[in-house]
Amino acid sequence: MRASRALGLSPRAAAALGLFLAVMLLLPFLVNAYIVSVLVVVLFAAYFGQSWNIMTGFAGQLSLGHALYVGLGAYTSAALFVHFGLTPWLGMIAGMAVAALAGSAIAALSFRFRVGGVYFALLTIAFAEFTRILFDHFGWVGATEGLFLPVANLAHDDPVRLRGSPVMFYYLLLVLSLAALVLSHSLLDRRVGYYWQAIREDEEAARALGIDVFRYKIAAMALSAAMTALGGTLLAFYDNNLYPDTVFAMGRSIEIIIAPIIGGLGTLFGPIVGAFLLTGLGETMTNLSTYFEISGLKQWFYGAALLAIVALQPSGLWPWLSRALGLWERRR
Amino acid sequence: MMRTLTRRDFALGAAASGALLADVGRARAAARPIKLGSLLPRSGFEAQIGQSCQRGVDLARKLLPAMGYAVEVIDADTESKPEVARTRAEKLIRDGAEMLVGAFDSGQTFAIAQVAEQNGIPFVINIGADPAITEQGYKYVFRNFPTSVMLGSHGLARFNDLFAATRTSPKTAVLLIINDTFGQSMLKGINALMPKANLPFQIVETISYDPQAKDLSIEVAKAKAANAELQMVVTRLQDVIIMVREMVKQKYEPMGIISPGSPGMYQTQFMKVLGKYADYAITNIPWLDPKQPLARSFTAAFTKAYPDEVCTLDAGFTFEGFLIGADAYKRAGSAKPQALVEALKATDIKERVMIGGAITFDAKGQNVNLPSGVVQILDGRPTVVLPTENAEAKPVFPVPGWSKRA
Amino acid sequence: MLYLNIIVAGLLTGAVYGLMALGLSVIFGVVRIVNFAHGEMMVLAMYGACLANAGLGLDPLLAVPLVTLTLFLLGYALQRGLINRYIARPDHEQFLLLLAVATMITASLLMGFGPDARNVQLGYAYDSYQIGAMLLDKVRLLAAAGAVLGAAALSGFFRFTRTGKSIRACADNQFGAQVVGLDVKRLYAVTFGLGAACVGAAGCLMLLLVDVQPYIATDYTLLAFIIVILGGLGSMPGALFGGILVGVSEALSGFLVEPSFKSAFSFGLLILVLLVRPQGLLGRA
Repeated sequence: MRASRALGLSPRAAAALGLFLAVMLLLPFLVNAYIVSVLVVVLFAAYFGQSWNIMTGFAGQLSLGHALYVGLGAYTSAALFVHFGLTPWLGMIAGMAVAALAGSAIAALSFRFRVGGVYFALLTIAFAEFTRILFDHFGWVGATEGLFLPVANLAHDDPVRLRGSPVMFYYLLLVLSLAALVLSHSLLDRRVGYYWQAIREDEEAARALGIDVFRYKIAAMALSAAMTALGGTLLAFYDNNLYPDTVFAMGRSIEIIIAPIIGGLGTLFGPIVGAFLLTGLGETMTNLSTYFEISGLKQWFYGAALLAIVALQPSGLWPWLSRALGLWERRR
Repeated sequence: MMRTLTRRDFALGAAASGALLADVGRARAAARPIKLGSLLPRSGFEAQIGQSCQRGVDLARKLLPAMGYAVEVIDADTESKPEVARTRAEKLIRDGAEMLVGAFDSGQTFAIAQVAEQNGIPFVINIGADPAITEQGYKYVFRNFPTSVMLGSHGLARFNDLFAATRTSPKTAVLLIINDTFGQSMLKGINALMPKANLPFQIVETISYDPQAKDLSIEVAKAKAANAELQMVVTRLQDVIIMVREMVKQKYEPMGIISPGSPGMYQTQFMKVLGKYADYAITNIPWLDPKQPLARSFTAAFTKAYPDEVCTLDAGFTFEGFLIGADAYKRAGSAKPQALVEALKATDIKERVMIGGAITFDAKGQNVNLPSGVVQILDGRPTVVLPTENAEAKPVFPVPGWSKRA
Repeated sequence: MLYLNIIVAGLLTGAVYGLMALGLSVIFGVVRIVNFAHGEMMVLAMYGACLANAGLGLDPLLAVPLVTLTLFLLGYALQRGLINRYIARPDHEQFLLLLAVATMITASLLMGFGPDARNVQLGYAYDSYQIGAMLLDKVRLLAAAGAVLGAAALSGFFRFTRTGKSIRACADNQFGAQVVGLDVKRLYAVTFGLGAACVGAAGCLMLLLVDVQPYIATDYTLLAFIIVILGGLGSMPGALFGGILVGVSEALSGFLVEPSFKSAFSFGLLILVLLVRPQGLLGRA
């Protein structure tokens, strides 16, 4: 109860959140392995969306290259595990550090040179693609041949080495996503959150108010990158094989950002709602399209659905949904 | 777009090539069909090859019952993405698939293998060359396709056969190789095996290029400048088309273009697009065995169903994947995973589609009996030219220059 | 001499890249929208040229007017009917909108044409001219000439026609243009149409050089981004210059370093230019 109050929710919203959490906790016992594997995809999308949301939703800097941080987190922890047997719990910290460093460096370079808006977005793509090609030639992590984590056929999950079933990853991701929710909320409630939003709404005005715009934008990028990298570690240990062309793919960067935009950019629950909706939609369409035997049909409807959402609810579904359900959220 | 294949088509094909049906007709159909789940990249960037493999699935669906096997195939599309391959595999199992077959691409194959292991459902790999797949200690995964290392070593071995058959011995070669997962593990294999393969030529230059390249003029210019007698290539489809076109334009005429075992130079598109310039390209790769009755009836059924397509190893290996599953079920007499795995381990299929001895699996679940043939494009058709016992024609090497082709 | 060949090849290919990127640049320069469906539109044009070839027996070079006009109308309609409502919306909404359009284009092409690559068979596809030690590839030469002509035609339009001048006025000062009574919405639609027409022409020319399949679009979108940023988003000569720069630098880096590394070189160049001169090499500050 105190947790819900700390999140600043109305009793009705708190009840809804509580119910949602209870369902999420019980879900793996109620549904089959297929649904669990889909839910893992949902939670990955939600968590990556939440991480990206800090950078773009809160601080207003459009990043189109977040696959870079997924990849850095994934490769750092996986390479340390493969080469030195380092536990992923330490490896993920290393991955987060690398990603935060890369993120701040990119942000510092860009913002120092006053690269903003669309230019910044394209610059993030360039860095991600550049890194992808670098990793294509990086022999220590397998280059294009791929990096493989030894798969152990364990009868039970081994959380210390992150070897285990989708259900284990489901709960890990659930915890992670909740933590990101609490963190996002508490950030928005603090000075840093207000500063970010001020920068998002009007950078010049924020600067005039004496906010150190440069520093706060870098902080947003570093945090967002580190959080993304943490998800990257889980992804590496869930997939067990890494290829630069899939891990750093431009398509991944785009997938990361669709859910939070659809759900409601800059809102706390938008990325989660968006992830459920998009993955659910995609999966339903895949299941339906097997009856039609036309390849491309699913993608077409997916595109049409995106179009419909951006046409009808351009600022995302969550603001509308929360109003419709009578849930109250403080921001937007 | 795609003609559906009837059982009659197959009967005609079989009749044309011998009394195969009479033989398999003796086999009694099992009580109920086994559900085989097919996973292929039918959309996404690998859609082209995925659909090429899909033809093997559609043929299996029609031909296997006619051969006395009870199968039901459920299709799934991996969209060329490992994540999708994973959830699709779970879905297939949920929908009752008792065995999985797929998935052409190594990354997707890995994802499916993990699902198969976790669910204890056997998985037969139709195509997927990454050596690491069978090094994981998987218990439910079987692969009827050579690893890239095997492909490389078998492919290199065939060079000497070709040189002996044509009484040639080039001294130098340039290697053009794609920088992707498959190309680089092939490269590793080639570099390791070259010293031992006892080949007459040296590789004077290795040029690795971007899989997304839309233009290979620089790469070809570089290869031409290396002034080697032979051009060795490891490619995919789109890039090798661009490469050959560029070679013609730059009037670069090596003794021949030989792939030690990569896709591209035997696919329909290659011949369709390049016409006479596609001729004489050589790929050392496992191929449909023109001397086997089953291969002949398979090819006949294929040509009948898809008159505009060339029957390639994509369809051949995919079909064999389903044949392996159906055969294991028939021998096991049960669709219980453990029984199927035991039956798969004991697989010994002598009548097959591809070149080589019987299909068997080693302790790791790998079929090690997958030799390469020498496949040369002759008159716009991939033709087995070596080994002699499987050959339909004699190899042509050195090949005629671009300007000397009618 | 080998270097000369390589540089010339890069130059010629770069010119076609330039025409393609020109479309992106024109749209951004006036409408202030980054067309994330740019590559998809070009692939659409390439299929258009394929169809014109298969149905009417037209050489892709002769199909240019037809395809260009079609793409112009398409672009005009797209801007009028859809994109116009998002002009003043935040970047991410525009991005999502165009992403949806791009996804639908690719999916439609996949459904309509299947995944196999297509091309056109030309009598002169393999011809090349030998001038001294220099080897000139006929197709590339034609494509580059077409690209330069296309760019010249566009620049003539902007310089000499009434609509062209109004569009430029609109780009310089949208509010002012409205004050003097220009129909900004129509001008935006014309501009988007022109941008689409550029990729239409570029698509026909590109079909001479490469085969088309539905999934190559994203690569071209990225390529167009690189080029316009190098040259300067919104600058017309910049786009052509950027195209040629990318063509030549990819050719040289492919030759001198490792071919598989050459697109990293382009991205590296892009990063460098963005940091040192974010308005692009020929862009206005």
